[in-house]
Amino acid sequence: MTRQHEVDTAQIRARYPDVFDRPASARLAMPAMIVAALAVFVYGLVDLDFSPSRFINGLSQLGWISMMMIPPDPGSSLPIYLKALGETLSIALLGTTLAAVFALPVSLFAARNIVPSKILRFPVRRFLDSIRGVDTLIWALVWINVVGLGPFAGVLAIAVSDFGAFGKLFSEAIEGADQKQVEGIRASGGSPLHEIRFGLLPQVLPVIAGQVLYFIESNTRSATIIGIVGAGGIGLQLAEQIRVLEWQKVSFLILMILVAVAAIDFISSKLRFAIIGPRAVA
Amino acid sequence: MTIAVSILPEQQLAALNAAYGQAVARRRWRLLFGAAVFAAALLLAAVGAEVNLRTLFTYFGNFVSYFDRIFTLDTGQRAWTDIGEWFWGWRKWLKMLGETLLISYVGTLTGAVFAFALNFFAAENTSPAPWLRFVVRRLLEFARTVPGIVFALIFVIAFGLGPMAGVLAIAIHSTGALGKLFSEIVENADMKPAEGIRSTGASWLSCMRFAIVPQVTAGYASYALLRFEINVREASVMGFVGAGGIGQELVVAIRKFYYSDVSAILLTIIVTVFIIDIATGWLRGRLFGKGART
Repeated sequence: MTRQHEVDTAQIRARYPDVFDRPASARLAMPAMIVAALAVFVYGLVDLDFSPSRFINGLSQLGWISMMMIPPDPGSSLPIYLKALGETLSIALLGTTLAAVFALPVSLFAARNIVPSKILRFPVRRFLDSIRGVDTLIWALVWINVVGLGPFAGVLAIAVSDFGAFGKLFSEAIEGADQKQVEGIRASGGSPLHEIRFGLLPQVLPVIAGQVLYFIESNTRSATIIGIVGAGGIGLQLAEQIRVLEWQKVSFLILMILVAVAAIDFISSKLRFAIIGPRAVA
Repeated sequence: MTIAVSILPEQQLAALNAAYGQAVARRRWRLLFGAAVFAAALLLAAVGAEVNLRTLFTYFGNFVSYFDRIFTLDTGQRAWTDIGEWFWGWRKWLKMLGETLLISYVGTLTGAVFAFALNFFAAENTSPAPWLRFVVRRLLEFARTVPGIVFALIFVIAFGLGPMAGVLAIAIHSTGALGKLFSEIVENADMKPAEGIRSTGASWLSCMRFAIVPQVTAGYASYALLRFEINVREASVMGFVGAGGIGQELVVAIRKFYYSDVSAILLTIIVTVFIIDIATGWLRGRLFGKGART
């Protein structure tokens, strides 16, 4: 019994050399990758000035800061903070809406099934890609140079950076639409505009609405931070209080942000559920 | 050939028409109501955000001319006529760019390791105790919801100016984001292997190691690569608050109106982000096949 088993293994070994005697390169690939990844990691730690003493010092500082944060207390500035929070929500809502309004027509030009010519589509797509490659904070800095400090710069920054993201997402939604309905409109004598209005938009709009809602949600987060560079909203207050080391106010502001984001999450997931049904909520 | 179109009697038709009209009208009203609420919210928001269309129209020329100015050298020529002058600081910028990439790499890896350690406690099907799951989940949520740059602001004060604060901020934010994604993968894993291993009398740790981990590593690596991509963008602005990387150079250039520098640095950032996007996309395709989650 035992012998037969051994014979079997030998036979199998002979029959499938690839499985049992993998070449050294294949066997070493994984460990080599891990070693390389670790080497870069260690190099990074050294290059970025990580030292144990600095780390421990920082941690004790951080512990001290956390102690100072308790209990969260707005002092007498609660009305100002509430106003700033309202400003942040306004920035998110307006910026996202503005971006969606401008991105919809442009996304038609980036969709394969609407503009079949690659030469026309390519520059539109690269243009959208470049806009997306620049972070919202950078756009905020640029707009501050143009319209001055304040929440309006924040609105425009979010609008521009989302314009790039929406253009791409919308065009993907349009490409994913069923062509049969468009063909049906064409067969009954509809013009290209009719095709878009009656064949495409009814399919695409719910998807787009879901995406816009999702972005309002994620922009609430973005809008909290653009204030750090001076573009209005609660981030401005937060950055200021951190700079003057008012830790109780800082922790209160962070709590406010967390609660606001959770509330918006809740509302928008309910709305998305109502608009597009359960299938696309996740 | 005659086509038989059955025409309903007048009475029935009228009733159906009325019902249809009512249904459509109700939907229209709801849509109209939704639109009205939305418009009201927008109006309110416009007041809240101090939107001033006149400012926009007066200054929109500035926005356009800003791009004109950042592509103009001090000599008054177009930037691309003299590449050497335009990218005069390329040595320094490339070094800062390398620092940015290192920040995001070290931050992502640290975050991924912590997320890996925590996610089994956060997943519904593998968590040893409900209270532990609750605690870990809230912890991850906190790390994910507070923006990375806020952590960076605080860490700059605790750990001092420099890339270390940026790395830690990115690591914490990545822990939160990846921990959630990882635990979702674990929740979708097949539990039969775990049952098999448990039935041999193995501990919880061996169950995770031999039953769950082999199923989920590919998904983990894919998400970690995606996170790296996102973190490169994030790290490019960490310098705004003094947490290292190319953002420092950029914010100085923008604030001090070194116009052609702004465009040069922006271009290097955009190109780097493109390259990283393409490279990680290619790597994910190589490692996990074309059908891998994107």
